[in-house]
Amino acid sequence: MWQALSTDLADDGLTVITVALDRSVDDARPWIEAAAPTHPSLIDTEHVVADLYNMVNVPTVVWIDEEGRIVRPNDVHYVSSEFASLTRFHPRKPIAALKAWVHGEAAPLPDGESTTPRLATWTDQEARAAFALGWWLAQQGRDEAAERWFVRAGELAPHDFTIRRGSMPIRGIDPAGPAFFEMVGAWAAAGNSYYLPLPDTATTPDDFEAEPVEELSFEEIRARIERGPG
Amino acid sequence: MPTWTVIDEQRTFEAEIGDDGVLDPALLGWELKPEGLCKGEVCVPLRDSVVPPMADLGRLLGRPSAIDTDERVVAFAASPDERADALRSGLAPDFELPDVDGVLHRLSDHRGRKVVLYAYASW
Repeated sequence: MWQALSTDLADDGLTVITVALDRSVDDARPWIEAAAPTHPSLIDTEHVVADLYNMVNVPTVVWIDEEGRIVRPNDVHYVSSEFASLTRFHPRKPIAALKAWVHGEAAPLPDGESTTPRLATWTDQEARAAFALGWWLAQQGRDEAAERWFVRAGELAPHDFTIRRGSMPIRGIDPAGPAFFEMVGAWAAAGNSYYLPLPDTATTPDDFEAEPVEELSFEEIRARIERGPG
Repeated sequence: MPTWTVIDEQRTFEAEIGDDGVLDPALLGWELKPEGLCKGEVCVPLRDSVVPPMADLGRLLGRPSAIDTDERVVAFAASPDERADALRSGLAPDFELPDVDGVLHRLSDHRGRKVVLYAYASW
């Protein structure tokens, strides 16, 4: 879904780098091959990038300038409206903001907004140690021991869905099934948000009025995801 | 002594760890000196010059750990202070990862251009 924008903006000096936080190359491969990206499209089975940038969910986008400085920290951007009827994230403002930044027409972030994302606490990193341990055990086929550590990691960092949802496929749990909706429902019921977008490009109802999206039911979206990309 | 597996961020290796639960700190890059455990210019003092068991060692070195005594595996995560300092500096942390063909790419290879880093997943 980044391919078109990447092609559009490459001559203007933008490089798109996508990173799949997946458990194997084979999980990510169909998505990558369907997109046929000309930009670097990388696989991060050990959640290296999530750890370095303290990313706790996907999608997470970070903008980096020519000097290698973060100019817009962890944000939730969708650049396709394919699943917008489910996610309620509209691509209109993120795409406009990205183009304006690349073309030097606007700042990457409103004045006064911090370029530092939320930082990981000791317990957040302890959760990453527990996840790393569980993932290693799972790769050795020691599933029962792995399960205990995945559960422990999720208890330590209940806000970290790269751990809680990201471990589901490894544990044989459907990451878009009942367990997922129960998890998100409980999280929301406790007054939390599953996604934490920055305010300036966050979706508002007028985005859907200005550019209507295809309204698909959950079942239709599910069927599309199961069919795979393309 | 039993053999354990040690996961030190992206590095995994085996080590002998006895019933006292003490891991040789040199394996994590810390040298035992008269002033304590040292890595480069940084030293942390040791009580009675004794290296403590793994969980306490991790705490001493600022590294959260997960220890599975039955499976004999220990994982040390990155120090939250180091991660926070890196992000507060404003510089985008560098990394190297493979694409589907196994070709490695570095973020810093793209210095001089604007970069959108986009993390997603099939889940």
